[in-house]
Amino acid sequence: MVGIVSYGGYIPRRRLNRMAIMQEMGWYIPALMMVAGGERSMCNWDEDSLTMAVASARDCIAGFDKSKIDGLSLATTTPSFSDRQNAGIVSAALNLRDDIATADFTSSLKSATTAVIAALESLKGGDRHHVLVAAADHRKTRSASFYEMWFGDGAASLLLGSEHVIAEYKGSYSLSVDFVDHYRGEGKEFDYTWEERWIRDEGYAKIIPQSIGGLLKKYGLGMKDISKVVYPCFITREHKGIAKKIGASKEQVIDNMHDVTGETGAAHPLVLLVSVLEQAKPGDRIVVASFGQGSDALLFQVTDNITKLAPRKGVKGSLENRKEETGYAKFLTFNGLIEAETGIRAEAETQTSLTTLWRNRKMILGLVGGKCKKCGTVQYPKTDVCVNPRCNAFHAQEDFEFSDKDAKVMSFTGDYLAVSVEPPSVYGMVQFDGGGRTLLDFTDCDLEGIQIGQTMKLSFRRKYYDKERGFVGYYWKAIPK
Amino acid sequence: MSTGIKDKVAIIGMGCTKFGERWDAGAENLMVEAFEEAVADAGIEKNQIQAAWLADCFEEIHLGKSALPLSLTLRLPNIPATHVENFCASGTEAFRGAVYAVASGAYDIALALGVEKLKDIGYGGLPNSGSNSGSLNWLWMPNMTAPGAFAQLATAYAAKYKYSIDDLKKVLAHVSVKSHANGALNPKAHLRSPITEDQALSSPMVAHPLGLYDCCGVSDGSAAAIVTTPEIAKKLGKKDLVTVKSLQIALSNGEEIQYNEWDGTYFVSTSKASTAAYREAGIKDPRKEISMMELHDCFSITELITYEDLHISQRGGAPKDVLEGFFDLKGGGIPAQVDGGLKCFGHPIGASGLRMLYEMYLQLHGRADQRQLKDPKLGLTHNLGGFPFMNVVSIAIVGKEGV
Repeated sequence: MVGIVSYGGYIPRRRLNRMAIMQEMGWYIPALMMVAGGERSMCNWDEDSLTMAVASARDCIAGFDKSKIDGLSLATTTPSFSDRQNAGIVSAALNLRDDIATADFTSSLKSATTAVIAALESLKGGDRHHVLVAAADHRKTRSASFYEMWFGDGAASLLLGSEHVIAEYKGSYSLSVDFVDHYRGEGKEFDYTWEERWIRDEGYAKIIPQSIGGLLKKYGLGMKDISKVVYPCFITREHKGIAKKIGASKEQVIDNMHDVTGETGAAHPLVLLVSVLEQAKPGDRIVVASFGQGSDALLFQVTDNITKLAPRKGVKGSLENRKEETGYAKFLTFNGLIEAETGIRAEAETQTSLTTLWRNRKMILGLVGGKCKKCGTVQYPKTDVCVNPRCNAFHAQEDFEFSDKDAKVMSFTGDYLAVSVEPPSVYGMVQFDGGGRTLLDFTDCDLEGIQIGQTMKLSFRRKYYDKERGFVGYYWKAIPK
Repeated sequence: MSTGIKDKVAIIGMGCTKFGERWDAGAENLMVEAFEEAVADAGIEKNQIQAAWLADCFEEIHLGKSALPLSLTLRLPNIPATHVENFCASGTEAFRGAVYAVASGAYDIALALGVEKLKDIGYGGLPNSGSNSGSLNWLWMPNMTAPGAFAQLATAYAAKYKYSIDDLKKVLAHVSVKSHANGALNPKAHLRSPITEDQALSSPMVAHPLGLYDCCGVSDGSAAAIVTTPEIAKKLGKKDLVTVKSLQIALSNGEEIQYNEWDGTYFVSTSKASTAAYREAGIKDPRKEISMMELHDCFSITELITYEDLHISQRGGAPKDVLEGFFDLKGGGIPAQVDGGLKCFGHPIGASGLRMLYEMYLQLHGRADQRQLKDPKLGLTHNLGGFPFMNVVSIAIVGKEGV
């Protein structure tokens, strides 16, 4: 039996109230009002598809022996690099083994379901045993566009395997048609989109029923045999219309999450699937379908193991960790749509030494420090000479991971002088529970809320962007637990 | 068995430029200005100097590398010259080089000169080094500035000693008001306006909880010292010698930032360097014996905590001493920041250690005009370069010969 072993979700904490967009840009396109209800999730300025993928993957594999993972795929249409494997960065952040297969699945909103099918098929062969699929998207949109309203940012991950399966993979059906409802040309920042009425009528309304119908037919099932069905469609009315077309009742369909996140791109089918798994019961048959130059439809059947799955944040928990954002200008600034003055201080050199990064990849991307084999002291970073003044042993340290450790705030500040997208730049020194300490930037917090002694946890984030060379520097930051 | 530096070297000449936003002068001009005063004060010929040390910190934005700018600018006669950089301790490091050189007997007369031209970068604060801060540092150190690094002392100190941030800020305001009052009396100081406690408390926030008046001036300037042995000084006709009593440097070894003991409310290295300095100078009770101090008040909180690390105030007791005026010019205790401190005299990094010695030298010779203290005998200077969690500390004690 192969299938889903575990799942994880991540929705950024900030939610932009869509009326904030309406209030600023309603003068420009009054019709925006039609889609201005609810809120959309928005990345913090130091988040992107990779950081969200890492967050959802950590949620997914918490408590799992990650040395068993022998494959990792990342699905996104918004990778940080065109040529430097993005899944490799995710793998380094998770500190997975080096001898695993990693792959990026990209260039289509159905890439996540395709990645899941590929992983499941590879598991069937028996060559691999546990493959992690992380999907995330952070799509940029022009100001005052309907898509700005419809889209949201988010991620979901699935650990696929053959032991302790919580949802058995029963099969899939794929359609590949070059239906170009939108495209993002090479080097372009934004999607180019065709008329929504056509996308709705000839795209969603036909392709999704065709793939779900094809799946059910292939396995000799009818909609009555299905407990829950999930599929994306950012036009809420049409999302309901599709249910009617495939013969699914209100109870069988999970809504498109327009009100709470917006459509999270390639991640959306998995975000919806995770939402369903969070409430699934043993025996449930679940269908998940994607949409993007065709569609993949997958069938899962939930097993008894789901009742034994350890609690996690998932999509539900991420949604509960919410901060409403009513400042549209902040959304625009975070997404580079307004260029705020940063002053000459921001012109400092931002080059990354790739040789330095390679030698220190475990430290930087995996937050791996050291543990002294002689005295047992843990420290960050790992160094040639033990920091314990009563030991100072040379070359005695083995790897020690800090990313899953909680830490207490020892000192902090909110710095208005430092160059920052969202001043003040909050940072401080933290002491890890169990030993070790370091200085970290803090994020997803307000200065007013930080206290000495407060418990923090670690989050993988963008640290800097080298505009001149197009390089994103990633590192770890502390966030309130 | 080492015997320390006490009374082995005398300062025979010092110079110091006006500190400030010296739009009129480059680093080279500033060096000449400080040097001319020092060499005239020493009453020697330039060519009598046999070895020289140059201190700066951000040389990449003004002089460039090496000691060549010193040799070229002053047209030294092909003598050995050495460039030292050790963060904010650089000036005292240059002084240490010159002092040790004459103490060893290798040279008769040596020069230490510190300079920094910070106001050629187009923006306020210290230069942002970005990825030039070290290829590995860049990949992980927080997005930090100097005020932010030191502000953390204040949040940790307030929590440990159970002060509200507002109450601690009142103490810090007193520290800054005192330095402004002193700076107002000093024609060479960068900032010469007295301020009130209310002004200090209502100044714009720079790095929580430090406001603008908790931060020292970013200035241009240069200072220089000419040293020799007491014997040669006397042969040159010098009287009432100012001699070096101790010179100590201490550096962090990473325990503060990596090990589990330090609590973020004190300076490990200052505490150690000051103990060593008192031992070297034969001082038993610094609170009674030190006449005056110039501390590294890059930020008000640094000065406050340094009082404790110098073993002048008890741990947690500096706020009480500050509020009682113990460090005020006429407070009856140990006047600190007599010349205005980094806060108001200004902080051209490489020059600062020598500028502090300049004030001690003037005071010991009775040449400090309106700021003159009554019969000072021993003066202590202190620099702290780097960060609370990782730093270079220098302490110098100078005084009248025979004290």
